[in-house]
Amino acid sequence: MASGEEDGSLEEKENNNKKRAKSAIATAWLTFYNIAMTAGWLVLAVAMIRFYLQKGTHKGLYKSISRTLKFFQTFALLEVGHCAIGIVRTSVIVTGVQVCSRIFMVWFVTNSIKQVQNEESVILFLVVWTLTEITRYSFYTFNLLNHLPYFIKWARYNMFIVMYPLGVIGELMTIYAALPHVRKSEMYSMRLPNKYNVSFDYYIFLIIIMLSYIPLFPQLFLHMLRQRRRVLHGEVIVEKDE
Amino acid sequence: MKHYEVEILDAKTKDKLCFLDKVEPNATIGEIKSMFHRSHPQFYPARQSIRLDPKGKSLKDEDVLQHLPVGTTATFYFRDLGAQISWVTVFLTEYAGPLVIYLMFYFRVPFIYAPKYDFTTSKHWVVHLACMCHSFHYVKRLLETLFVHRFSHGTMPLRNIFKNCTYYWGFAAWMAYYINHPLYTPPIYGEQQVKLALIIFLFCQIGNFSIHIALRNLRPPGSKTRKIPYPTKNPFTWIFLLVSCPNYTYELGSWLGFTLMTQCLPVAFFTMVGFIQMTVWAKGKHRSYLKEFRDYPTLRSPILPFVL
Repeated sequence: MASGEEDGSLEEKENNNKKRAKSAIATAWLTFYNIAMTAGWLVLAVAMIRFYLQKGTHKGLYKSISRTLKFFQTFALLEVGHCAIGIVRTSVIVTGVQVCSRIFMVWFVTNSIKQVQNEESVILFLVVWTLTEITRYSFYTFNLLNHLPYFIKWARYNMFIVMYPLGVIGELMTIYAALPHVRKSEMYSMRLPNKYNVSFDYYIFLIIIMLSYIPLFPQLFLHMLRQRRRVLHGEVIVEKDE
Repeated sequence: MKHYEVEILDAKTKDKLCFLDKVEPNATIGEIKSMFHRSHPQFYPARQSIRLDPKGKSLKDEDVLQHLPVGTTATFYFRDLGAQISWVTVFLTEYAGPLVIYLMFYFRVPFIYAPKYDFTTSKHWVVHLACMCHSFHYVKRLLETLFVHRFSHGTMPLRNIFKNCTYYWGFAAWMAYYINHPLYTPPIYGEQQVKLALIIFLFCQIGNFSIHIALRNLRPPGSKTRKIPYPTKNPFTWIFLLVSCPNYTYELGSWLGFTLMTQCLPVAFFTMVGFIQMTVWAKGKHRSYLKEFRDYPTLRSPILPFVL
């Protein structure tokens, strides 16, 4: 056997071992991540139920869970990283848009505009988000452990049909409720003249955000529908050419 | 001379779209595209992608049939690239917009600012200077498109014109709005800052133009050859020693100069976004140079000497 052939197959084996080690680490991390996120959203769900059972009202509910919500929702930024480095096979842009819209709601609407925290629309999207995330993260967890019960797959790819529109309604109503307070306080806004020669009106910005739901929501919804057809019915979808 | 038979299948559906017999062995892909166009008039050659493999790379128009890895009955796959538009058209449109739009804000055309400011002029001389620089930049780009650049590709997808014009026209309006605003604040360090900015801007405009001329001279008229660019007698081209795409380096410099001159955050933003896009392009170009030329100078970086 020529030494050249030996070297060739040795290099290949080394590369394969490296690849296997990397994917084992990736799987271990992702499993940990998804278990942690499932647990986090379960804690949120329990906290919300307990508050409502004890107090009988939704007023003050947001305030009681806001720190936990901010922690776990912000942590979800890692998911964009997972797509970017390729250990999760989803589009970075789709994930990015989803996570950014959540971060925006939590940090720049309900966190900063305290007056909307007791709106019913906030409870609506909180409930939707909680149910959706518990289903989604447990789906990923079971998938990674190769023991996916059919009912979780079914839930993940069917609940969104109701949850998504409800969530959008909750979010839009919340932003709408925030508008008068933003207008009055002029928060996050900058007027001319100033040395940076720029201006920013948060009120108008929020209106633009609300309008952006019009093109964005159908695209994200259709993306989920296509995933649903592929996963549940094994249809081969011909992707649009780029 | 043995003739070839060529069949063209749809890359997605594998349907037989076209059968050509008695094709010369020295026929080019470009000629085959013209023949395909005759039977399918809606697919003009510019929007055809012909490949050996349904998922493979597009063959070039210059590729010759007998030099391809095909038998005497050649099978090609066709992909529709969508409606196409010429690069020249796109460039002219996307550059004419900012020129006109900026001037509309400069002259304070009605419905932009409060009515009492209509058709007034700014009292700051830096605003007049900025208008001259911005206009000069886009006039230069238009003239280069018409008389200097030699394009490798004739066309690009039609939707690019909407994307590109939104970018250029949108940013031009956003910048021009603030620079020409009645409440504009001139640079903190006054005349010193503006003079320095002007020097940087002009230096980089000349530099950018020198690079465009040098690149044009690499390529004889009507050809699509690719050669390694080298420094010429013009000192502005000596930057080729350190950088693969100095046209982008100088472009960045021009906009940094303009940002310094106007001290306007939207201009800084536009400069940054442009820099990111040009870096992506420069890295791609640098990679193709390395792939194509074994003896490519190792000291060169894509866009910023030693850094990026």
